[in-house]
Amino acid sequence: MLDHRDILETINMIEEECLDIRTITMGISLFDCRSDDEDRLCAKIYDKIMFHARDLVKTGADIEKEYGIPIIHKRVAVTPVSLICGGLSRAGVLKVARTLDRAAAELGINFIGGYSALVQKGCSNGAETLISAIPEALAGTERLCASVNVGSTKAGINMDAVARMGRVIRRCAELTADRDAVACAKLVVFANVPEDNPFMAGAFHGMGEPETVINVGVSGPGVVASAIRRAGDCDLTEIAETVKRTAFKITRVGQLVAKLASERLHVPFGIVDLSLAPTPAVGDSVAYILESVGLEKCGCPGTTAALAMLNDAVKKGGVMASSHVGGLSGAFIPVSEDAGMIAAARCGALSLEKLEAMTAVCSVGLDMIAIPGDTPESVISGIIADEIAIGVVNTKTTAVRLIPVGKAGDTVRFGGLLGEAPVMPVSRYSPAKMIARGGRIPAPLQSLKN
Amino acid sequence: MKAVISVTGRDACGIIAKVSAVCAEKKVNILDISQTVLQDYFSMIMLVDVTEITEPFAAFVDRMTRLGTENRLAIHAMHEDIFNAMHRI
Repeated sequence: MLDHRDILETINMIEEECLDIRTITMGISLFDCRSDDEDRLCAKIYDKIMFHARDLVKTGADIEKEYGIPIIHKRVAVTPVSLICGGLSRAGVLKVARTLDRAAAELGINFIGGYSALVQKGCSNGAETLISAIPEALAGTERLCASVNVGSTKAGINMDAVARMGRVIRRCAELTADRDAVACAKLVVFANVPEDNPFMAGAFHGMGEPETVINVGVSGPGVVASAIRRAGDCDLTEIAETVKRTAFKITRVGQLVAKLASERLHVPFGIVDLSLAPTPAVGDSVAYILESVGLEKCGCPGTTAALAMLNDAVKKGGVMASSHVGGLSGAFIPVSEDAGMIAAARCGALSLEKLEAMTAVCSVGLDMIAIPGDTPESVISGIIADEIAIGVVNTKTTAVRLIPVGKAGDTVRFGGLLGEAPVMPVSRYSPAKMIARGGRIPAPLQSLKN
Repeated sequence: MKAVISVTGRDACGIIAKVSAVCAEKKVNILDISQTVLQDYFSMIMLVDVTEITEPFAAFVDRMTRLGTENRLAIHAMHEDIFNAMHRI
């Protein structure tokens, strides 16, 4: 029989330490929906999503019940819309946005991703139209998420797109100013975007993916923090080992759920994303993990090193637990969605600049950060450019999700999983002239690494 | 299919009887029981076979949760594979 302590450990992880499966995300290809008639395109998109994902929510709920593991989100990611909307008018692309939102509502899922464009080298007509429609699309829908990849290690950085995204983010904030600029929370700017990421807002169904696929994102910051606390006054080698062992256990549950969902939905299993994804709930914070390692406050000197160790140990532990690992895989450090990050930002321990340094060693980037509402477009673009450069040069994914709202020191409340964020100050000095130059930053050298 | 029923809480007379009675009523066969009492804290794990169960397993899970609430205990019924996945390589 199973060991008594093992069973109680699992139950304790779920009941007391917030262990959950963060998302089961079904990827659906929309390539065969293409049409030069926008109504026909929308009808085909709607029918296809409803057909493939009709049982997604119920299947997730059934697994949750039978196995006793909470499955927080069931979501859908589709082919980047820019790839199927070439030739459509802006109005047509907005109609696609409303169609996706309607399908998500009818399925009972909270987000649908894939209102996306890949423009690391330049904009196709479809990408151009889609990007121009993003602010209105996000402001006019509830569940739609958008993403734009503006750089890659192989292509370099499309600085015209970076400049453009500064304007797009500002426009998103303006159109939803009465709702704490919530449209910005549904828009991510990427470098080296993964094509199988199950997490929102950046999920889409990549070009090399099968017709449909199931990707699962695990979570469990609370479990890792508790394990580190239990480890006591050991050295950092032992802390890393503890994180590895814990990540292994968490990921095994993710693999089990992915396998079950794949079998029951008759959709191939894609990957498990080994991410530590925090929520605003007490005890579900990545910042608290770092503090349990021995930092007085997240953001103090030593934070980048602690995060580097955590991120690496999560991957090492998780990789062996799953047959296919992918997505973003690592520790997320969104400010508004993490109680410890919120507290650290509020007391001044955590600055935008320190967050930028932290993103060089973890899995995502400047995520869910509120900046003053009057931040100029060029400064937003400058922040994006810096973050994208970190990803491009270090051959990793980085991303930016900024919310220009209020003034420094204010607190904005998005509610639910998006949490709340203290508005963080940004530099008063301007990169406007550099951003206005446009063009492309060439792809970086992959040798002579110093 | 096998499942694990875990019961934790303050020790009292008749806990095993109450859980076993529901199992018998629903044709859930008890394969193994392991129980400890530390001071006043009761902890029991049952391995059960639910192949012949007379209602959907999800309803049985709800029934066990309710039984726990009624008796101020935490009772969970979960498919055994979640424990196998986490603790067996």
